[in-house]
Amino acid sequence: MSHRDLTILVIDENAIRASIIEEGLREAGHGNVTVIHEVHGVARIIETLQPDVIVIDIENPNRDMMEHLFQLTRTVGRPIAMFVDRSDTASIEAAVEAGVSAYVIDGLKKERVKPILDMAVSRFNAFSRLQRELADAKSALEERKLVERAKGILMKMRGLSEEEAFTLLRQTAMNEKKKISEIAQSVVTAAGLLIR
Amino acid sequence: MSGETGVNALTDIDESKARKLSAGEALPAPAIVAGEGSRTVRAGFIPLVDAAVLIAAAEFGFAQKEGITLDLVKDTSWANVRDRLAFRQFDVAHMLSPMPVAAMLGLGSNPSPTITPFSLGRGGNAITLSTRLYAEMQEEGDLAASDNALANAKALAAVIRRARVAGSPPLKLGVTYPFSSHNYEFRYWLAAGGIDPDRDVRLVVVPPPMTSDALAAGAIDGFCVGAPWNMVASERGVGRIVATKQDIWPSAPEKVIGMRPDWADANPETVSRLLVALDAAARWCDAAENRSALAEVLAEQRYVAAPADILRRVLAGEFTIDPEGNRRIVDDYFVFHAGFANYPRPNHALWIYSQMVRWGQVALSAKGLEASVSAYRPDLYRRALGRSAPSAEIDIALEGAVPGDRFMDGHVFHPERIREYIDAFPVKATGRPHTSLDDM
Repeated sequence: MSHRDLTILVIDENAIRASIIEEGLREAGHGNVTVIHEVHGVARIIETLQPDVIVIDIENPNRDMMEHLFQLTRTVGRPIAMFVDRSDTASIEAAVEAGVSAYVIDGLKKERVKPILDMAVSRFNAFSRLQRELADAKSALEERKLVERAKGILMKMRGLSEEEAFTLLRQTAMNEKKKISEIAQSVVTAAGLLIR
Repeated sequence: MSGETGVNALTDIDESKARKLSAGEALPAPAIVAGEGSRTVRAGFIPLVDAAVLIAAAEFGFAQKEGITLDLVKDTSWANVRDRLAFRQFDVAHMLSPMPVAAMLGLGSNPSPTITPFSLGRGGNAITLSTRLYAEMQEEGDLAASDNALANAKALAAVIRRARVAGSPPLKLGVTYPFSSHNYEFRYWLAAGGIDPDRDVRLVVVPPPMTSDALAAGAIDGFCVGAPWNMVASERGVGRIVATKQDIWPSAPEKVIGMRPDWADANPETVSRLLVALDAAARWCDAAENRSALAEVLAEQRYVAAPADILRRVLAGEFTIDPEGNRRIVDDYFVFHAGFANYPRPNHALWIYSQMVRWGQVALSAKGLEASVSAYRPDLYRRALGRSAPSAEIDIALEGAVPGDRFMDGHVFHPERIREYIDAFPVKATGRPHTSLDDM
C-alpha cells in the first residue's frame, strides 16, 4: 500500500481554486487526482474512486453531508477528519486560516499525507492572495477614475490647470489626513449636489 | 499568584490586566483565573436561534460581568464545529445535543472526547413538508380541521403507500447531521405514523440555511430543522409545517454547550464563571420583555442573519404554518431557562443513545450506556450553579410520563430498561439501512 500512488479527491465549489490545487498535486507527482465542484452525486464518485485523501474547503457547508455519507456507507474505509496534522497546533491554525479540511483513510502514514495537505494549504493561500491582488487592482483603477473626474470638475469650476487641480486635491488630502480618493469622492459628490 | 498550575500562569493575559484583576472588585478569585490563563473563551456557533443564550451572554454583558470575554466565531457546518473544538481552535461550542454523546461513543469521522455541562434550552425544531406533498396528504384525509402531528404523519404514510403502488421514487427528506436532534425527531415522527425512515423514504443531509431553497427547487420533499428555517419556508410559500418539537416530545434536548474534558479540568474557574454567565443570559432570554431586543441582535449579519420580524415571531412561537397565512401559536416553542432547561440531564444522554441504537447507529451495551452518560456533566453545573440546580432525582427518571410532557406516540422512556423501550417500537432499524448512493 505504501508504494501505491495515492488517490486524491478534491471537492471545491470554486473551480479556479480547485484547478490551482490540482495543478500543485500533479506537479508533486500525484497522478490520481479527481476534482469535483459540487457535491451532488459525490457518494457514487467516492464509491468508485475509493480515495485515500479527500480535500474539501472548510467553508463548504456540505461537510455535514459528507459525515452522513460516511455514516451510511463504509465505502471509504474509516475516514478521519483532520486539518493537516492532528498534533501540531500551528499547522492546524494555518489550515483553518487557509480554509482547508480533509478526510484521510485511517492508517495512512502521516509522512504520505502531510505534504499533500501542506500543499493544499499553500495553494489555498496563494489563491486568496491572487483574489486580494485582483480586488486591490480593481479598487486602484476605480480610485484613479475618481481622481480624474474630480480633477476635471476643479479645472472647469475654478479654472485650474490639470497639474494645479491635482496639487489641490493632494494638498487637501494631506491637510485633512485622508486619502486623495476620499477627497476626490467628496468633490464629485459636492459637484453633483451643487450643479444642476 | 500562588501558582495554581505553575506553567500557564499569565502566559495569555497581559500583566496590566492581571494587576487590575487582583485589585478588582467584581471578581472574587482573580488569582485562580489568572492561573488558568486567558479568560477569553473562544466559542464556535452555527447561525440558529437556539444559539441565543450564548449570543446574549456576549452581547448583553453577562459574560463580562463574570470577567469573561466571549469571542464568538460563526461557522458553517457541525463537522467544522466538532473538528475545531477537537483541535483546540475553539474552547467551547454551540452543539447539537447528540454530538457529545456520539463523540463519547466514538461515532463519526473525528470522535474526540466532548462533554456538556450546560444545555442551551428546549425547542425550536419543526418539520416542514412541501406544499405539494401536503396537498396530497389532505386528499388522504381531512387535515385542515386539526394540526395534529400524529394525524399528519399517518396521512403522509398513506401518501407513501399509494406512491409505492404507483411506482414513484421515494420521498427525499432533509435533516442536518447524522447525530442531530433533527434526525432523531424526524425519525420519531415518521415512525409514529408507521413510516420506516430507512426503507420508505430517503433521509439526506441539507445545511439549514439551504433548506427552503432545496424545498423550493424540489431537491427535497421536506425537512426537520431548527428556527428560523421552517418559518422562512412557510413564509416563502414553499412549505407547510406539519409538526413542532413540542408535538413530538416537549422536553426533547436541543443544543448544548460542548467542551473538551481536558479543557474543563484545566480551567475549572473559567467553566464555572461561564456557566454563571450563561445561566443569567438564559434567564434574560426567557423574559418576554427581552425577546424583542434579542430578536434585533440575532437578526444581525454576524449572527443568524434573518429578518428581525420573523425572529420575533419565531421566539414568540407564532407560526405562519402555510402559504395561506394560517397561524398557530405554539406555547413554549422556545424555552431558554424555565423548568431546568439548562440542566444537563444524564437521562437525555441516555434517551439520545436509545435512539442511536433504535436506528442502528450503534449497538446497545453496558459500555455504551456508560460512555453516553459520561458526555453529560451535571456535576459541573452543580458546582457553578448549585442553588438553582434541580434535585438529583431527575437525573435518571421516567420521561414522557406526565401530562404536558408526553411523547407523540405515548411511549414512556425508562432509562433503566432501554432494551425493552427500544423493542416496544413497531418501527426500528432491522439490519443495514437501505440506502441508494445516487440519492446523495
